[in-house]
Amino acid sequence: MDTGMQDISKTSKILVGIVLMILGFLMILPFLWMFLSSFKTSTEISLSQSFWPKHWTIDNYENLFTNGSFGIYIKNTLIITMASFIGLFLNAMAGYGFAKFDFKGRKFLFMAVLATMMIPGQVTMIPVYLILNQMQLTNTLLGIVLPGLVGAFGIFLFRQFMSNIPDSIVEAARLDGAGEWYIFFHLILPISKPVLAVQGILTFIGGWNAFLWPLIIANDQKYYTLSVGLQLLQGQHTSDYGLQMAGSSFMVIPIVIIFVIFQKYILQGFNIQMDK
Amino acid sequence: MVEIKLEHISKKYTGAKDYSVKNFNLNVKDKEFIVFVGPSGCGKSTTLRMIAGLEGITQGNLYIDEKMVNDEAPKDRDIAMVFQNYALYPHMTVFDNMAFGLKLRKYDRIEIEKRVQNAAKILGLTDFLKRKPAALSGGQRQRVALGRAIVRDAPIFLMDEPLSNLDAKLRISMRAEIAKLHRSLQTTTIYVTHDQTEAMTMADRIVVMRDGEIQQVGTPKEVYQKPVNVFVADFIGAPATNFFNVILQDGHIKTEEKNFNLAVPEGVYKILKQKGYEGEKLILGVRPEHIHTEQAFIETFPNATVKAKVVVSELLGSESILYTKVGENEFVSKVDARDYLDPGQTVELGFDLNNSHFFDSQTQKSIL
Repeated sequence: MDTGMQDISKTSKILVGIVLMILGFLMILPFLWMFLSSFKTSTEISLSQSFWPKHWTIDNYENLFTNGSFGIYIKNTLIITMASFIGLFLNAMAGYGFAKFDFKGRKFLFMAVLATMMIPGQVTMIPVYLILNQMQLTNTLLGIVLPGLVGAFGIFLFRQFMSNIPDSIVEAARLDGAGEWYIFFHLILPISKPVLAVQGILTFIGGWNAFLWPLIIANDQKYYTLSVGLQLLQGQHTSDYGLQMAGSSFMVIPIVIIFVIFQKYILQGFNIQMDK
Repeated sequence: MVEIKLEHISKKYTGAKDYSVKNFNLNVKDKEFIVFVGPSGCGKSTTLRMIAGLEGITQGNLYIDEKMVNDEAPKDRDIAMVFQNYALYPHMTVFDNMAFGLKLRKYDRIEIEKRVQNAAKILGLTDFLKRKPAALSGGQRQRVALGRAIVRDAPIFLMDEPLSNLDAKLRISMRAEIAKLHRSLQTTTIYVTHDQTEAMTMADRIVVMRDGEIQQVGTPKEVYQKPVNVFVADFIGAPATNFFNVILQDGHIKTEEKNFNLAVPEGVYKILKQKGYEGEKLILGVRPEHIHTEQAFIETFPNATVKAKVVVSELLGSESILYTKVGENEFVSKVDARDYLDPGQTVELGFDLNNSHFFDSQTQKSIL
């Protein structure tokens, strides 16, 4: 009886595995095709529909940097991503404040922060643009970074996680002689590692993929990000599919690698959100 | 030398209607082990947290060694505290947990190593120094929390229900360990608990609290033998004291039931009469251990016995607990295991009124 049950669960496991494998393969196929095509010559792409490149070439990638300005785009994207990590840090501090300090108007402020989550980004886009314009920050990197620096969702996630840290840990540290900064950096941040990791990854993905806002704010090519630049490839070289494939691969691969490495934390992060 | 003086300390939380602690006065002497005991919500933890500096003081003054410290930050009071949930730093090893406070106070590495190793030896944690708290049992975590306090060598220890998260057996052994620790370190300690047994076994002096007010301060013996009011008599001692509403008449106390009629020893009667309680209502408090089944006792005080019906009986090994009933009065007695009786049986019980307590029925305060 026992072994029979085990057999059933084993076969069903294998079955589910096979189905998932097929679905997974179907999902990954376009990406794989994109990646492989980026190594084909333009003529090969337009003439044949082969999956595997006949003549491997990295001309497309070279082209991105020599004819296109991908070097600049990467630099911009990296700067924006770094800057959004400063935002992550600010979110963590705000979350800590809401979680562990009792100050006047805390509830109201927190509700106000949450309320901003209800407003779609498209609604605030024009007002924010106008404000930045007044501040003469349009067409600057700062203008790209500033509006997205802190976000309600990040603050909310940090607050939820940090309110689960027992008050007594903070109090014990105070009695041990630790100042508030020390407590934040040496206790709260290390303890919050899981949520930091999740937020870090989400922040990286967000910064790396940033498209619409940079497109609106930056008029000058020298402030374009990767995704904006990628979109540019379409207009400038309509027929050059090889180049587009190379650009797209270039954008997607880092994200895939990061996801593979940190998927444990990403899943954990969804758990944190669902726990609440 | 360190003394703590609490002068008219009161605490009212913002938004709260009532005071959580009212006019709290206490002098804690050097090396003393003080236990705050009381039911939950009586303000004992709040008082402790005010001493630590984790809560602000609404009214009154707090002195540590003659120096008023009302407005001093917790870290400047040089106090070590053990929390109920241990409050260990989860991402640090046991060693780092204990060294945390020392590092902050800029001790050199050799001294830190020496102190942590020493504390670990005292607490039997030497083999666990490299582990993280998550890999320890409850008792070990509690020891780390104690170790963190010990290494600091602070003049004052505060302990907030440190044993209530442990299981019963461990609690008893840790209780002895803390008492032993206090004997060897001689650190002035204030210990908060709702468990009267912990209070009785560990304290030099007990502070019994209720509704934010001190009910009685005294040695364990004093609060047990001379409770100042009904609440203290009820709270201290297990099983709890039995209370009877009685009337004093002609050297006897009676309840409304006819068969509950006890002769009061002459000395006691004289005092009660002097204080004008003849013919008045009283509350009689008798501890379960002062109700006897031994024939010798009953023969000595033949006029202080009642015949009661056993409702429930518990055999605890060395003794048995009898839940008995006379008319509407139910009471508990703790008797020798040999006198175990089955429910339904009738038993003659002798009341030791020399060791009983008499309270005013209005004020609930002790008369004698």
